[in-house]
Amino acid sequence: MSSIKIELRKEDIDKIHEICASFNNDPIELINVLHKSQEHFGYLPAEVQEVIAERLNLSVAKVYGVVTFYSFFTMTPHGKYPISICMGTACYVRGAEKVLDEFKKELGIQVGQTTADGKFSLSSLRCVGACGLAPVVLVGGKTYGRVAPDDVKNILKEYEG
Amino acid sequence: METVKLTIDNKQIEVQRGTTILKAAREMGIDIPTLCYMELHDLNIENKPGGCRICVVEVQGRRNLVPACITKCEEGMVVRTHNPRVLNARRIVMEFILSDHPKDCLTCAKSGHCDLQNMAVRLGIRDIPNQDISAMSTYRLDTSPSIIRDLDKCIMCRRCEMMCNEVQTVGALSAFKRGFMAAVAPAFEQNLEHSPCTYCGQCVAVCPTGALTEVDNTPQVLRALADPSKTVVVQTAPAVRAALGEEFGMAPGTLVTGKMVAALKALGFDYVFDTDFAADLTIMEEGTELLGRVGKFLKGDKDVKLPILTSCCPGWVNFFEHNYPELKDVPSTAKSPQQMFGAIAKSYFAEKINIKREDMVVVSVMPCLAKKYESQREEFSVNGNPDVDFSISTRELAAFIKQANIDFNNLSDEEFDRPLGESTGAAVIFGNTGGVIEAAVRTAYEIYTGKKLEKVEYEQLRGMEGVRSATIDFNGLPLNIGIAHGLSNARKLLDDVKAGKSNFHAIEVMACPGGCIGGGGQPLHHGDSSILKARAKAIYEEDVNKPIRKSHENPYIKQLYEEFLGEPNSEKAHHLLHTHYFDKKKKIIVKQ
Repeated sequence: MSSIKIELRKEDIDKIHEICASFNNDPIELINVLHKSQEHFGYLPAEVQEVIAERLNLSVAKVYGVVTFYSFFTMTPHGKYPISICMGTACYVRGAEKVLDEFKKELGIQVGQTTADGKFSLSSLRCVGACGLAPVVLVGGKTYGRVAPDDVKNILKEYEG
Repeated sequence: METVKLTIDNKQIEVQRGTTILKAAREMGIDIPTLCYMELHDLNIENKPGGCRICVVEVQGRRNLVPACITKCEEGMVVRTHNPRVLNARRIVMEFILSDHPKDCLTCAKSGHCDLQNMAVRLGIRDIPNQDISAMSTYRLDTSPSIIRDLDKCIMCRRCEMMCNEVQTVGALSAFKRGFMAAVAPAFEQNLEHSPCTYCGQCVAVCPTGALTEVDNTPQVLRALADPSKTVVVQTAPAVRAALGEEFGMAPGTLVTGKMVAALKALGFDYVFDTDFAADLTIMEEGTELLGRVGKFLKGDKDVKLPILTSCCPGWVNFFEHNYPELKDVPSTAKSPQQMFGAIAKSYFAEKINIKREDMVVVSVMPCLAKKYESQREEFSVNGNPDVDFSISTRELAAFIKQANIDFNNLSDEEFDRPLGESTGAAVIFGNTGGVIEAAVRTAYEIYTGKKLEKVEYEQLRGMEGVRSATIDFNGLPLNIGIAHGLSNARKLLDDVKAGKSNFHAIEVMACPGGCIGGGGQPLHHGDSSILKARAKAIYEEDVNKPIRKSHENPYIKQLYEEFLGEPNSEKAHHLLHTHYFDKKKKIIVKQ
């Protein structure tokens, strides 16, 4: 589970209520509500799930079950610079896994985690449609092609300071 | 009704459209093995996620095998339930399930009662290829006062989830994550103690493996019995005597009151008493409270809280503390019989035999797991010394008797000790849904009307329907009574009370389906609800066999009031026998 403990502000709760109300507080709309909430907060901390559960008249356990079932939902906030490594077939055969391992080593985090300073988060994805550039890495909105493990340090350097 | 004809294992059968292959086969006496599937027919409870795939069968013309529990019969279907292809597939499915299951059967709490173990035997599994799990569970154990969760043993049958969410509407458990990581847990994988769990134990009652088991308190009881400086007193709840025999091969519904007493004496308890005595006491206190509130209401008091709600069931108490804290001064303040017994044993009785409360150990035998939690509530202790030291379940008592090499089936009947072992028929029926309120009516009627009740049985309060209601004529005063068992049914009545729409004067709630006879600590029914019906029948039989059937006529209860308590709802009675409730609803914290 997420170790992050947050206290919601009144406007956060109002926002969640507003999202739930836009789906008529209907428990069937849980996934849509979670989508919108993640869009707003960037992630779905336990406290947000509790308010959603209360609003939609669902158990918190049920909401948590759905959040953990779909890999799209996350309980940890993304870093300021989210890093995604493409693990699609083309990137994979050209060594994406080694690139990913290098990022893990350099940042000291696993896929799905965020660095302690909140700067970088790491995720893998399947094919960004730039197979000619394999292996591909995305940092924020920027795309890096033909990345080798040795390039990782330099890429991270660009975001220093 | 539209029917379809099909062939199962070369035999023709005609069934209603919509019937599953599994049910059609069972009608024909063909036993297709199941693991996740469970049906409690009389209680309208069914679990069929179609998840485990043990029940696969071959349907002619279909490429893949189909799960019998969720596949509906169709006209002209030809089904094979046990041909070589099916047997082979079932074996592979079982091997896959076992490949991800710990192998500590020797010391597992469920060993001998485990559906998974039984299935491995039935399917002749002798080897488990593809093992990728250590012999012992590696995930942290979640130990609460009542229930232990060992997630590595979860096979995702989802029976507990169905019980917790649909039957009980407690919402403590849900499936989370997927694949090998999937399991059933409270929100954010917290321990049960931080969830809205009521400890009703219905999840434990249906868990096919050792993933959910009760906390075993028999080692502490054994230590107390072995300590010569302690006087060890035991009390037994009404529903235990109607089910304990099942653990020794007796038919469901066999009453074993006398043998149970003999076994407890053989185990070395100094005094073998009866929770039924305290049930009679509960009626005196709760019945008086009921009449007091109704009396005030009739005099036009607008602030009086009605309906009065029974408070014997600790799972139910936990449920309203979590879900309806705004109604926490509506239930009766009377403690449960278990706690009344403890309070009286460690005051009145300890004085009588001239020992200090610290030198007395009170053990309870309960059909219930929530009773373990209840006995540990802070308000039920004096200077850290609990009124009830240890609560063990019917299952734990059976295991204890077996460990002590007592030949239970051949024991001669013995009688409860006096004074706290004497009870009436009214107390016995506490074990069934509707029993507490029937017992209360028997006493309240005579006190209110001053007339003798000729017929003590109230058939209109009995039965297995989830919500029942009846109006009892109190000599011109119609008393409206509601009954619910299973917490989803309680919720229906509670929502009316909250909305101010309830016309009832009194409502009885039992958390477990069927009442205490179906409690989470009873011998496992393995999905056979006829067992619950047999137990209920046995309880009513015991009532008929009792010479006294009204609580206020129990001579030792009268003596207790004369010698010690004064009168029902006296100051001393309030101090010892009444309690108050807490708001346990989780609050959402807002940053200011």
